[in-house]
Amino acid sequence: MASQKSGALMKFQPVIGLEVHVQLKTETKIFCGCPTSFGAEPNSQTCPVCMGMPGALPVLNKKVVEFAVKTGLATNCSISRHNLFARKNYFYPDLPKGYQISQFEEPICRMGWLDVVMNGNWKRIGITRIHMEEDAGKLVHGDLPGLENGSGVDLNRACTPLLEIVSEPDLRSADEAVAYLKKLHQIVTWIGISDGNMEEGSFRCDANVSVMPFGSEVFGTRAEIKNINSFKFVKQAIEYEIQRQIDLIEDGGQVFQETRLFDPNSGKTRSMRGKEDAHDYRYFPDPDLLPLFIDENWISEAVCSMPELPWKRKERFIDEMGLPEYDAEILTSSRSLADYFEESTACHNDCKMVSNWVMGEITRALNDTGLAIENCPVPPLQLAGLLKLIDSGVISLKIAKTVFDEMWASGKEPSVIVEEKGLLQLSDSSAIEAIVDEILEKEAGQVEEYRNGKEKLFGFFVGQVMKASRGKANPSMVNDLLARKLKG
Amino acid sequence: MEIFEHPIRSLHEKLKKREISSVELTRIFLERIRRVEPKISSFITVTEEKAISDAASADRMISCGDSNLLTGIPIALKDIFLTEGIRTTCGSRILGNFVPTYSATAYEKLCKKGGVLLGKLNQDEFAMGSSNETSAFGITRNPWDIDCIPGGSSGGSAAAVAACEAVASLGTDTGGSIRQPASHCGCVGLKPTYGRVSRYGVIAYASSLDQVGPLAGNVEDCAIMLGAISGYDPKDSTSVNFDVPDYLASLGRGVKGIKIGLPKEYYISGADPDVEKALESAIEVYKSLGASFVEISLPHTDYAVAAYYLIATAEASSNLARYDGVRFGHRSEEAESLVDMMTRSRSEGFGPEVKRRIMLGTYALSSGYYDAYYLKAQKVRTLIAQDFAAAFDKVDMMLAPVAPTPAFRIGEKTGDPMQMYLSDIFTIPVNLAGTCAISLPAGFTGYGLPLGIQLIGKPFDEENILNAAHAFEQATEWHLRKAVL
Amino acid sequence: MKISAENVGHVAILARLQLSEEEKTLFSRQMGEILEYVEKLKQLDTESVLPMSHAVPLQNAFREDAISAPIGVEKALSNAPDRCGNFYRVPRVIE
Repeated sequence: MASQKSGALMKFQPVIGLEVHVQLKTETKIFCGCPTSFGAEPNSQTCPVCMGMPGALPVLNKKVVEFAVKTGLATNCSISRHNLFARKNYFYPDLPKGYQISQFEEPICRMGWLDVVMNGNWKRIGITRIHMEEDAGKLVHGDLPGLENGSGVDLNRACTPLLEIVSEPDLRSADEAVAYLKKLHQIVTWIGISDGNMEEGSFRCDANVSVMPFGSEVFGTRAEIKNINSFKFVKQAIEYEIQRQIDLIEDGGQVFQETRLFDPNSGKTRSMRGKEDAHDYRYFPDPDLLPLFIDENWISEAVCSMPELPWKRKERFIDEMGLPEYDAEILTSSRSLADYFEESTACHNDCKMVSNWVMGEITRALNDTGLAIENCPVPPLQLAGLLKLIDSGVISLKIAKTVFDEMWASGKEPSVIVEEKGLLQLSDSSAIEAIVDEILEKEAGQVEEYRNGKEKLFGFFVGQVMKASRGKANPSMVNDLLARKLKG
Repeated sequence: MEIFEHPIRSLHEKLKKREISSVELTRIFLERIRRVEPKISSFITVTEEKAISDAASADRMISCGDSNLLTGIPIALKDIFLTEGIRTTCGSRILGNFVPTYSATAYEKLCKKGGVLLGKLNQDEFAMGSSNETSAFGITRNPWDIDCIPGGSSGGSAAAVAACEAVASLGTDTGGSIRQPASHCGCVGLKPTYGRVSRYGVIAYASSLDQVGPLAGNVEDCAIMLGAISGYDPKDSTSVNFDVPDYLASLGRGVKGIKIGLPKEYYISGADPDVEKALESAIEVYKSLGASFVEISLPHTDYAVAAYYLIATAEASSNLARYDGVRFGHRSEEAESLVDMMTRSRSEGFGPEVKRRIMLGTYALSSGYYDAYYLKAQKVRTLIAQDFAAAFDKVDMMLAPVAPTPAFRIGEKTGDPMQMYLSDIFTIPVNLAGTCAISLPAGFTGYGLPLGIQLIGKPFDEENILNAAHAFEQATEWHLRKAVL
Repeated sequence: MKISAENVGHVAILARLQLSEEEKTLFSRQMGEILEYVEKLKQLDTESVLPMSHAVPLQNAFREDAISAPIGVEKALSNAPDRCGNFYRVPRVIE
C-alpha cells in the first residue's frame, strides 16, 4: 500500500499557493483606537467602531500603511500609489458590520518575490499581492456554562490590522511551502511589523492545494485549507491534502473546489460546508474611507527606515566579518540574534570567537531556560567583556565557562565575578613552577614511567597541576614547564 | 405672535434679558407638542425630562453670561442621529429598543452650544422614502393639510418645525430628504456640501450621499444651525478640514450682480402649474433685486435617478448588513439556527421599502452585475458631477424646483415605488454631485399647500446660497405664514 | 429587464432576507421595473469615464496609532439581545 501511494505521488505534481495573514504590531486597531493586546476579557477592548454599531465610522491607522509599505519593500513588491479600501460583504456573527474592510482591486503591494533555499538550491517564489484588512472577532463554542447550545461572540480581535500576503502558486511541495513560510515569518518579525506569534494567531496561513499529472500545464481543482497556525501543521495539512486528492483521483473521483479545515488532532483536513453557502462577496469601494495615495516621499522615507534585511546582513557577516556561511545563516535567523551578535563584536572584534559563543554558550543557555534572545540576561557588552578576559589571558577558557554561568545567574560583570571568586588565571611562572615541582615530587613513580616512554601520562600531569591550582594556572605555561621538567 | 413662532435671534434676546427662562420656553414647546402631536405625529420620542434638564443647564449658562444664539433654544432631531442614553430607532422596528452608548457629533455640537433636545423625530425607515410613509412608527402628517404627506425622509423634522413644535431641527439628505420635506412643509432646509458636517453617529443609508443639515422657519435660523454643526471631525474620514465661515455674517449682502443659472433640463413643459408659477415669480423677485439669469445645461439630468437608485441601494445593502440580531436591535425569537436567526431577525425587523432597496442593492453588486449596474452608475455620477462643475464656471448658483409637485396625499404613491423615486429628480443630482443646496418657501397652491424653490450652490459655498435665500426671504412674506393647527 | 422569482430568491439569501411568495412575486415585478428603468444608463458611453466612489475629491485621512479608551464591557453589551457572561450569545455556530 505504502509503495503504491508513493508511486502515485510520483505521477502527480502538487501545486500550492499560500495566503498568509499577518497581524500587525500596532498599538491600536486598524480603524479605531482600541488596543490590540491579546487575551483580554471578552468584549472589553471594543468601541462603537469595532463593534459595528450604527453610525460608527472607520478612520485609518497611519501606522498600518507604513507597515504595509515596509513589508512590500522587504518582499520586492511594487507599491501602489493609488489605493482603495473595499467592503467584502458576508454575514457571520464574528463580523460585526456584515462586511470586512479589505482591499480588492487596488492592493497596496503587488508582484513581489522571495528567494527560498531548499536543500541548498535557490527557488524564487512569487508574491501576487499584499493587502491591508481588518480581522474578525472570535467565536467561542466550548463547554462554557451557558453556551451549551450556543456560541459566544468576542469582538476584541475585530478590526485588528492584518496584512494578507498572497503567494503565486509557485510552491511544489509541503517542504517548499514551509520553507517559504519560514522565510516570510523571518521577514515580518525582522522588519518589526509583527510579533509573528503563531500560537496567538498573529501569523496564520491558508493553503490552496491542487494536484496535476506530471508534465501537465493545467492546474487541478484546488481546495483551500483554512487557518493553519504552525509550521508543523502546515506541513501535515498540505501533505495530507495532497495525498487525499491523489487518492481521490486515482480512485476515479474528482476534487471539488471547497474550503477545508485542518484538524491537528487527526492530522486530516475536512470539508467546511458552513462557509460555502454564499460566496458572492459583492466587493465595492468603501465610501466611508477616502482613497489612499502613497507618494514618492512616503516610499523614500520607508526605504530609509528599513532595517538591513537578513540576506544583506548575512552577506555582510560573511564578506566583512569573515564568518563561515553556516554561522552567518544562523546568526541572521532573527534580527535580535543578529543585533546581539553585532553589538558584541562592536566591543570585541574577534568575530568568529563571538560567533562561537553566541551559537554555543548563549544559545544553549537560552534553550535551557526557554528565554528569547531579547531577554538574554547577559547583555552583548558583558559577553564581549568576558571574551576579552580570555583573550588577554586573565582567565582560561574553562574558567570562562564557569564565569559565564555565574554571569547568567547573577547578572554581574565578568571581571567582578573573577575577582570575587578569585578566578584570576595564574600566570606567575615561579608560582606555577612551584606547583609543578610539588606534583612531580609527589608523583615520582609516574614520572619514572613517563621517562621510560609512557608519554600518554603527560595529560595526567597537566590535570594534576590544574587541579592543584584550582583551574587557574595558565594552561600553556603549565604545558611548557612540564615538558621542560619531564625531559629531566 | 406666539412665543413658539419666534425665530432664534428673538428668543435669544428674550432669554438673555431674562424675559423668559429656557425652562419656561421649553415647557411652552412641550405643551405645544402635547397639543399638536395628535394631529401631526412628528415625534417618535419626546424627551421631556431630558429637555427640562437641558434647559436648566442652559439657564445656568445664560446666568453665567456664557451663552450663544443657541443656548436654551428647543430643538429636535431626526431619529437617525444617535443620542446617548436615548432610544434611537431610525424609523425602524429593527431598532425599536436600541439605546445608543454614544452620540452623533452634530448633536454633541448642539449640546455644547446649550441647545435643548425636545425629542426624536419621525422619518422614513432608514431614510428610505420621500413621504415619511415607510416609518415603522406611523405616518407623520403635513401641518398644512393633514391628509397630505410631509415629505421625506426627514418628514418629522420638517413637520415639527412647520407645526412650531421645535424652533429648528436636524435632518439628513441623501437624495433630497431635507429639501423636499422642507418644501412640502413651508420651511427652510439646507443640504450642506458633502463633508461639511460630520456623519459620525448618524445612521448610514448611503454613505457617499448622506449629509446632515438643518431645517428651520427662516434662513437666518438655518445659518445659525449650520454654523453650529459644521466642521471637521477626526472621527469621520470624509469630513472636510476647511474653516467654517461665519454664515450669519454672510447674510444681508444682497444679490446685486449675482448670476443665477436656470438648468434647462429642470424647466420642462408639463410641470405642475403651481410649481412653475412659484419659480417664475421667484425669478422676478431676484431680477428686481439685481440678480441676472442665464440658461445653463446639466445634460445628464435624465440619468440621475437611475444612477442614484443603484448607488444608494448598493451602499444601503451593505450599510444595513450590521442589523443581524447579534449585538443590538431586534432578534427573532423563533430562530432555530444561526442563519435562521439572522434571516428572521432582519425579515421581521425591516419594512417592505427597506427590503426592496436592500434587494435591489444586493442585486446591483452581485457577481456578474457589478459592472453593468454599480460601476456604470458611478461613472454616470462622474458625468453628473462634471455637468455641475461646468455649469458653475458660468454662474454663481442655480435656481431650480425642489419637487415636481406640492405635497401629495397620504397613500397616493405607496403602491408604485418607481413613481415615488422619480419625484426626487430635482434633488438627487445635487447629492450625486456632492454640492450644497437650500430649499425655501416661495408660494402656496390654491389649496394652501406650501411650494418651495431650491438654490444650488458651488461646493462649500453655503454662504452664497444662504445670502441669496435670505435676500429672497427679505423681499417676500411666504416664510411668515404659519400652518393653522 | 426581467428578474425571475427564483433570482429574487437567490438575492434574498445573499441579503439574509426571508421573503414570502407574495413578496417574491411583488419584488420580482418591482425590481424588474426599476432595472428596466436603469437600463437607460447604457445609452451613455462611459468607456473613458472614471467611476466616482466618493463625493469629495480628497484622499488620505488618517489617525495616529494612539490608544483611546474602550467603552467597557457593560456598555459594549448594553444592547445585546442575548448574552452569556461577557459574550454575546448566538445560536450555535457549526463549522
